[in-house]
Amino acid sequence: MFCIRNPKFVENKRLQLSNSQLKWEVLFKRILIAMSILLVLIILGVLTTLIIESMPSIKALGVGYLWGKVWDPVQNIYGAYPFLIGTLLTSFIALIISVPFSYAIAIYLGEYNPKGWLSDLLKNTIELIAAVPSIIYGFWGLFVLIPLVRELEIKFHVLPYGYGILTASLILAIMIIPYGASLGISLIRMVPSPLKEGAYALGATRFEVIRSVIMPYTRSGLFAGVLLSLGRALGETMAVTMLIGNTTTIPTSIFATGNTMASVIANEFTEADHTEYLSALIELGLVLFFVTVVINLIGKRIITRFTNN
Amino acid sequence: MENTIVKAENYNSYFGDNHVVKDVNISINKHEVIAVMGPSGCGKTTFLRGINRMHELIPGATSTGKILLDGENVYDMNAIYVRAKIGMVFQRPNPFPNLSIYENVVAGYLLNGIKVSKADKDVIVEKSLTSAALWKEVKDSLHKKGTFLSGGQQQRLCIARAIAMQPELILFDEPTSALDPISTSSVEALFHELKANYTLIIVTHNMQQAARVSDRTAFFYMGELVEFDDTKQMFTNPSDQRTQNYITGRFS
Repeated sequence: MFCIRNPKFVENKRLQLSNSQLKWEVLFKRILIAMSILLVLIILGVLTTLIIESMPSIKALGVGYLWGKVWDPVQNIYGAYPFLIGTLLTSFIALIISVPFSYAIAIYLGEYNPKGWLSDLLKNTIELIAAVPSIIYGFWGLFVLIPLVRELEIKFHVLPYGYGILTASLILAIMIIPYGASLGISLIRMVPSPLKEGAYALGATRFEVIRSVIMPYTRSGLFAGVLLSLGRALGETMAVTMLIGNTTTIPTSIFATGNTMASVIANEFTEADHTEYLSALIELGLVLFFVTVVINLIGKRIITRFTNN
Repeated sequence: MENTIVKAENYNSYFGDNHVVKDVNISINKHEVIAVMGPSGCGKTTFLRGINRMHELIPGATSTGKILLDGENVYDMNAIYVRAKIGMVFQRPNPFPNLSIYENVVAGYLLNGIKVSKADKDVIVEKSLTSAALWKEVKDSLHKKGTFLSGGQQQRLCIARAIAMQPELILFDEPTSALDPISTSSVEALFHELKANYTLIIVTHNMQQAARVSDRTAFFYMGELVEFDDTKQMFTNPSDQRTQNYITGRFS
């Protein structure tokens, strides 16, 4: 007959209580599941709230809300178009400015200098950029960027506000560089060295290896990093609010003032004194929610596809 | 010596302070198949990578002495030029995953930005793949990705890629260690054909392979070139006790 010989185990009563033991195991697993599901439920709850609360606005304005060019709470006219444009414009300009920096950093710290104290110091510092609270960037922008942009505007003979799309885009660019760079560093470090050696052995220079081996190998991943940083730029509120000028007109140049969806909500929420106004602001949040979710989903899908290969 | 293609003179390699290849002197003739064998960590791969200056790509790696290629020291030449002139095939097949079979063969030209007409490229691709005994198998799928091929085919594609650069000398770094037995014999059979036009230096940890494919064999032990002799001679009547011990399996 099968029996336990180890005396320590024979005396252990828990061995006989295996059912209650099992109960705890099952319960533990259930707690873990419940906590994970809870978070998903909260997100769905947020989405539901956004939809319900923006119902009055959706009913009153329909799809025209997205294309409406005038935002005038006093007259009760709400059009999200200027802010949609403001959001997309600042984010994409920020992206264009940040991409060369994140790629350069990714290539340098991924390929040229992947190890050692200098590499670690630079990588950690760059990742720290993402951890600095955005209000600090806002302040820095007020004191440093705005005077600089003013000088630039004087040179270009436009009204020297200092505030505007360009200023906001510049600060956004700085804030999103670490997202693209950090992912890029890991991806470039992952390029198999046999591939690089294969190219070197054919007489390729380092630049040629980067251009013809590393870049094609990491292209989709680097692009996903760009999309993720775009998602961050779309939703950024505080720093942008402080620098964009907060006007409801459609921006006509990069020096023009404007507003983004996130910063309109932040600025006007406390002033929204009637249902339709409030509802129109919440719908703005809903639109922003969808734009960022879609961008993030695309980015994640590209990353999964990339890492599976 | 008209017939010498590679000559090492007091060649030493280091990784930092670690002395990996010690004072090697060797002279290799044209159109010979040379096997370089020895236990793991004996410096055979490092020596091979010293010939086309791949060794120095590793941070902290240095070397002293001379490697003469047709009488000219490779360490006095431009490293890029040396690597383009000498072919190399690696342990694991490493075709470029983003390139087609066709593009992989002419990768050396693409990488170096050398303009070649479509007609010339077609000729290079067919000739190189034929020399690598791969043309028949892939001629209808030249524009598929090279990574779709089997391991043995990929390795022959890498050989074709090296041949396409018209080298005189091709270095093989344990070229069959990642391949199954059938692919291994197809690559080994290829060595015999390549011998007519190229000099081959093959690093292998497989003694039987060294015996099968090579004309002469170099035995490395603890970074030293212990013995370099006719392969038959070395396997039947080695002159050094360490070679004897290695061949009879007293250490590995």
